[in-house]
Amino acid sequence: MKRFLIPLGLFLTLVVFLAIGLNRDPHEVPSPLVGKPAPAFSLEKLAEPGKTFSPADMQGQVWLLNVWASWCVSCRAEHPLLVAFSKQGGLPIVGLNYKEVRGDGGIDAKKLSLADETSLTRQRAGAWLSQHGDPYTLSVLDMDGRVGIDYGVYGVPETYLIDKKGVIRFKQIGPITPEALEKKILPLARQLAAES
Amino acid sequence: MIPEIGSFALVLALLVALVQGTLPLIGAQRGVPAWIGLARPASSMLFLLIAVAFACLTASFINNDFSVVYVAQHSNSRLPLEYRISGVWGGHEGSLLLWVLMLSLWSLAVAAFSRSLPDDMVARVQGVLGLVAAGFILFILLTSSPFERLLPGAEDGRDLNPLLQDPGLIFHPPMLYMGYVGFSVAFAFAIAALLSGRLDAAWARWSRPWTTAAWIFLTLGIGLGSIWAYYELGWGGWWFWDPVENASFLPWLVGTALIHSLAVTEKRGSFKNWTVLLAIGAFSLSLLGTFLVRSGVLSSVHAFASDPKRGIFILLFLAVVVGASLTLFAWRAPKVSLGGAFALVSRETLLLINNVLLLSAAGAVLLGTLYPLVIDALNLGKLSVGPPYFNAVFTPLMVPLLFLMAVGPVARWKQASLAEIARPLRWAFGVAVAAGVSIPFFYGGWSGSVALGLGLAIWIVGASVLQIISRARSSLPPRAFWGMHLAHMGVAVTVVGIVMVTQYESERDVRMAPGDTVKTGEYQIRFLGVEGISGPNYNAARGNLELLKDGTLVMSLHPEKRKYFSSAMPMTEAFIDPGLTRDVYVSLGDPLEGGDGAWSVRVYYKPFVSWIWGGAVLMALGGLLAASDRRYRLKSTAARAGKLAAQGAAS
Repeated sequence: MKRFLIPLGLFLTLVVFLAIGLNRDPHEVPSPLVGKPAPAFSLEKLAEPGKTFSPADMQGQVWLLNVWASWCVSCRAEHPLLVAFSKQGGLPIVGLNYKEVRGDGGIDAKKLSLADETSLTRQRAGAWLSQHGDPYTLSVLDMDGRVGIDYGVYGVPETYLIDKKGVIRFKQIGPITPEALEKKILPLARQLAAES
Repeated sequence: MIPEIGSFALVLALLVALVQGTLPLIGAQRGVPAWIGLARPASSMLFLLIAVAFACLTASFINNDFSVVYVAQHSNSRLPLEYRISGVWGGHEGSLLLWVLMLSLWSLAVAAFSRSLPDDMVARVQGVLGLVAAGFILFILLTSSPFERLLPGAEDGRDLNPLLQDPGLIFHPPMLYMGYVGFSVAFAFAIAALLSGRLDAAWARWSRPWTTAAWIFLTLGIGLGSIWAYYELGWGGWWFWDPVENASFLPWLVGTALIHSLAVTEKRGSFKNWTVLLAIGAFSLSLLGTFLVRSGVLSSVHAFASDPKRGIFILLFLAVVVGASLTLFAWRAPKVSLGGAFALVSRETLLLINNVLLLSAAGAVLLGTLYPLVIDALNLGKLSVGPPYFNAVFTPLMVPLLFLMAVGPVARWKQASLAEIARPLRWAFGVAVAAGVSIPFFYGGWSGSVALGLGLAIWIVGASVLQIISRARSSLPPRAFWGMHLAHMGVAVTVVGIVMVTQYESERDVRMAPGDTVKTGEYQIRFLGVEGISGPNYNAARGNLELLKDGTLVMSLHPEKRKYFSSAMPMTEAFIDPGLTRDVYVSLGDPLEGGDGAWSVRVYYKPFVSWIWGGAVLMALGGLLAASDRRYRLKSTAARAGKLAAQGAAS
């Protein structure tokens, strides 16, 4: 009798593991950048042509770096949450506008000059923000996606929580959910704000 | 209105499935003829209702009814008609509906083709199928209804995933699902046999053609999926050991073991418990595959959106169905008699080894597929298991399997002698060794793996041919005999394709400006340029290339790089010139800087790659011959004739 119970036993063990697995997110890959200084960059601001921003400007503040683009469908899903969050004035959010023109499948960016691409980027990104609301303290333009590479962006949107010393402390891949904001980002941000 | 009719039909189908899943089972246990008699009409009704629901969803797709959430998510007014129809199963909800449609179709087929079976057996089989159907319909209604409305309706749909806008997708999922779901029949027969306590040769004989039929569809479905990946993903791979692929391959391995084990149970009455366990196992793995694909616990290139509620439901369903079956097995199996004894050298032993090897392979693939999940569950980190693991464990198990594949059919049941086996095979062995060792020298250079693979393939084909000749000399062998040998030769053909393409394929990623030529195999490929074209729901850059042999034009090649309006991801449409001994495969990379109109172009030369799928077709044809063997039909026609005679006498 006993040996005929072996298949059942094996199966029940499998079910336990599957049940635990259900509560995990396979896409939640630990980023090697967490715990490392945020890669430096200097990019032109969306609202003020000619002026640049770099992460060093945020020294001494806890802030969010949010990667977005107007062609990104999930960004639109995430956006209302960011707008609401910015109205509460919790944390400064810097937007990294990622490959606004080159990332869009409908446009052949190779045919555009750099100046044309820059003005098209400004026009598209600006229009999108005035339509959907602007939660950002400021946005910068990463037209060729090189800064994105430094940050290991592999899906838009992505969001980085950066501490007072400029170290990345958390990375959200994909849209920020209300749950992730309440349970992960905000508690961690409060704790970081308390650090000297 | 149409979606509401579909929804209503599905609710009615749930009720019918519950009736089919309870009354006939109870009736068979207690001997109530009226309840037993419900099984057949219930299965017809179930099929009819689900077909109505499926037709309603299809109508919503064809009519571009974007007030249905599912249609708005998976279709678009510019989507061509054939993809609006295949879009029905392009997402989670529709796939499940297709699953249930297939299940009810199998149930209907069992009702139609089982006139010779005892009525209580049919009632039990239909009862089990009814319960499985009820579980899945409940799943659809509770968590994944495709008929939900979006108010107000969307202006236009989000479009079907461009990867799925392909002729391969029209046929691949239905085939695969027919196979997956088909194992539910073998499962239902096994449970019915355990319930009735009649675990005998007759049960094995009834199960065999059904199991083989499911296996045929699964074989074709996996083959189609592999072809689709080959030409649609744009980099010429044909198997990735991706979790979703493994989910379909696992039931195939266990199903193949089941087909062979059923042969022993039918002919010799042995391996009964083992066969029942395999029948439960094959269907459990189909359910597990559905769970893995639909719950999102594993990340895969087939990235389906995950919803925890759905995962929990399928897991509970899996636990109930498989848990109950294995409990029933543990309770009934100890009372089952052992079959005929057999000697160490016998066909039984060889088939036992076949089962051990196939199951070890399935175990290794299952382990590799679930390992990342287990490690994560134990908080030991995140990792992924790649092709090197699978190739390393899978290949060594296949070598003895292939070797013994030629030996098994020669060996006698019960007791065989090695000399008796070796005598007819010695010629095949000699030719296999000689050809295996020498062919690689003539074809692209020596390689041990090619020699081994080709040798094994020739060994299998040689042994089959020798046996066919010696058997056909006395009398015309039955279809099952032809089927077995055809399927075995199909495996050999697939093996040739795999070893040749793995060893001798050449891949070149080159920069090509208009006028440039690149050499591949015995051909030259000339790049003429790229032009812009527009399709119904995409724009594309289309390459113009020429395939030349010794300076003369063989054909024009037109690979495309498509940008669908609905997606930011460009899609690569490879252009393939298929052939019996080689494929020439060209795909466009990206335009390159330099202002001379140069592009990066991928040029692949794939020797014998089509043999991989040709072998799968042969296996399926072999299965078809075996499943349609006269001895399965004989009884039913005899029984029908008897029934008709009885009716005639009564009137």
